[in-house]
Amino acid sequence: MERVLMKGNEALAEGAILAGCRGFFGYPITPSSEIAEYMARKMPKIGGVFVQAESELAAINMVYGGASTGARVMTASSSPGLSLKQEGISFIAEAELPCLIVNISRGGPGLGGIQPAQSDYFQATRGGGHGDYHTIVLAPSGSQEMMDFAMEAFELADKYRIPVMIMAEGTLGNIMEPIIMREPVSKFIEKPWATTGCKDRKPNIVNTLHLGNEELENRNHQLFNKYQIINENEKRADTFLVEDAELVVVAFGIMSRIVKKAVVEARKQGVKAGLVRPVTLWPFPDEHIRTAAKNARLFLSVEISMGQMIQDIQLALAGSVPVEFYGRIGFTPNPEEILQEILRLAEREGL
Amino acid sequence: MKKVFQKPESLTDAKNHYCPGCSHGIIHRLVAECMDEMNIREKTIGVCPVGCSVLAYDYFNCDMLEAAHGRAPAIATAIKRLLPDRFLFTYQGDGDLASIGMAEIVHASARGEKITVIFVNNTLYGMTGGQMAPTTLLGQVTTTSPYGRKAENEGYPMKMAELLSSNEGSAYICRTAVNNPANINRTKRAIKKALQVQEKGLGFSMVEVLSACPTNWGLSPLDGMKWIEDNMIPYYPLGEFKVKEEQ
Ligand SMILES: Cc1ncc(C[n+]2csc(CCOP(=O)(O)OP(=O)(O)O)c2C)c(N)n1
Ligand code: SF4
Ligand SMILES: [Mg+2]
Repeated sequence: MERVLMKGNEALAEGAILAGCRGFFGYPITPSSEIAEYMARKMPKIGGVFVQAESELAAINMVYGGASTGARVMTASSSPGLSLKQEGISFIAEAELPCLIVNISRGGPGLGGIQPAQSDYFQATRGGGHGDYHTIVLAPSGSQEMMDFAMEAFELADKYRIPVMIMAEGTLGNIMEPIIMREPVSKFIEKPWATTGCKDRKPNIVNTLHLGNEELENRNHQLFNKYQIINENEKRADTFLVEDAELVVVAFGIMSRIVKKAVVEARKQGVKAGLVRPVTLWPFPDEHIRTAAKNARLFLSVEISMGQMIQDIQLALAGSVPVEFYGRIGFTPNPEEILQEILRLAEREGL
Repeated sequence: MKKVFQKPESLTDAKNHYCPGCSHGIIHRLVAECMDEMNIREKTIGVCPVGCSVLAYDYFNCDMLEAAHGRAPAIATAIKRLLPDRFLFTYQGDGDLASIGMAEIVHASARGEKITVIFVNNTLYGMTGGQMAPTTLLGQVTTTSPYGRKAENEGYPMKMAELLSSNEGSAYICRTAVNNPANINRTKRAIKKALQVQEKGLGFSMVEVLSACPTNWGLSPLDGMKWIEDNMIPYYPLGEFKVKEEQ
C-alpha cells in the first residue's frame, strides 16, 4: 500500500473522492478552505462538480439538491459557516438525504478566532438547527482518520439516509502526517428515491412539509426509529488503559492524542489513569463510558471548550461517578498541563 | 370528435388549494402545457418554494423537490450541474425570490446556471396573510405597511427582471402577466422560450409573471385582474429584457 504525506484537509478531500464523492459545494473559511481548494483542482478532472457558492446557506442547499440526485456530495466549512448551514441541515435530515458535512472547527462565539476548538459540540450533537433530528457525528484524530472517516461517512450516510458530519479541530486539517492510501469504493447502493427525472416510474418527491398533525408526528417517529437503530449499532469509542483505571479521562479528536500522552505519564507516576476517546460524538458511546467506570473514582472531561461533552458523560454515568472538567479556549491544552491536572485531582481524591 | 381541451399530462389529478382568482393555478397549467408540448415531463425536475405554491410538488406530475424559503435556485443549481441533460425549473414567489432568496437568485443568474425560473410576482406575501414584499407597490396597503408603502420608510419596489437582465449569465429574461387571454398566451410563449434557452444551454432564464392575489388584495377575482392592469403593469413593464442569441 502506498504511503503518502498529506495534510489532514487534503486527506479528507481525497478520502471523499475515493468514496465516490462527485459534488462539492462550499464557501471559503479558515481553516477549512484547503478542502474546497483541493476539490476545485480535482473535481473537473474526474467528471465531478465543484461550485463555489455565494454563501454557506447556498452551499448547504446545493448539497440538498445534489444529494437528491443520488450522487455522493459534500460541503466543508468552519464554525461560523456551520451556523449558517443549520437551516439546510435540518431540511436534509428531514428529507433523509445522505451527504457529508465537514466542520473544521474553530473558536467562537461570534467571529471568535481561527484557533482550533471543540465548542461546536452541542451544535453538532444536538441537531443544531430547528426541529427534532440528529446527524451522525464522527471525530477523527489524525490524517489517516481524516481520509478513512470521510469514506466511512458516505457509507453510513447512504446506509441510513442521514447527513453525516465530520467534526475536526483546525489542527487536524493542517497537520501533515504519513497515511496509507485507500482503494476507491466501487460498490454503491441503489437510490430509487432520487429525483432524477421520472422516466419509467412514478414521480419522486423530496419534501419536508407535513401539514397534518398525525402526519407530522408519524414522521418524527419514523426519524426517531431510525435514530434508535443507529444508537444501537453505530456507537464507537477507543479505550486506553481503562480496565483498572481509577481516573478516567475522556477526550475526542486531537485532544485524545494529547491526553493519551498525559495518561501514559500519569501511569509512570503511579496514578491509575485511563482514556476513553469517543469516535462517534453522536451517537455518544455511553456504554464505553459506563464500562470504563468499573473501577473509576473520578472522570475528567478534557475539551477545547467551556465544557460541552461533559454533559454526555454525566448523562452516561447518571451520577454514579463524579465528572470534573478541564478545558481551554484559544489554546489547545498540552500534555504537561493535563498531566498536572490529573495529578492534582489524584492527590485530592487520594488515588 | 376533436378534443380541444384537456388537462396536461404534466399536471397530476390532485385538486389544488388555490383561492378563486389566484394566478398560481393558471401559471402551473402554462408550465405543464409547455412540458407536454416539448415532451420533457420525464426529464424535468421542479423545485417549489415556500409560499402559497409550497404544495406544487403535489400538482406537477414530474420529479419535484420542496425547497427551504428562497433557496430553490441553489438546489436547482446542484441538480442541473450533476444531471446536465435534465430540465430544471424553480417556481418562486416574490417574497421567496426577491427577499429571503435574493442572494441565491442573483448568483444563479450570475453564474449562468442553465435553469428556468418561474417567478410569480403578486406584490406581497400571500401565504402568510398579505405582508409587504420587496415588490409591494408604493402606496400599497399590506398588513405590514398598513398606511401604504412609503419610499422614505420601505424604499422602492424591486424590479427583478431588470435587475437580473444586467447579469451576463442571464440568457433569457422576460416579464409577462396573466390578467387577460392575450397576456396568458404571451406568458406561455415566454415560458416555452425560457425552456428552449435552457435546452440550448445558453444560460439562466427567468419569466416574471405579474399575478393576482385577490384574497390579500381584498378584491374580487375579476377586479384582481384589473388591478394588475391598472397598478402593476405601469410600474412593472412587460416585455423581454434579455435575449441571448446562439453563438
Ligand atoms: C425561513 C422562513 N422565514 C419565513 C417563513 C414564513 N413564510 C412562509 S411563506 C412566506 C412568504 C411567501 O410569499 P411569496 O414568496 O411572495 O409567495 P406567495 O405566497 O405570495 O405566492 C413567508 C415569509 C418561512 N416559511 N421560512
Ligand atoms: S392567498 Fe393569494 S397567492 Fe395565495 S392562494 Fe390565495 S390568492 Fe393565491
Ligand atoms: Mg407573493
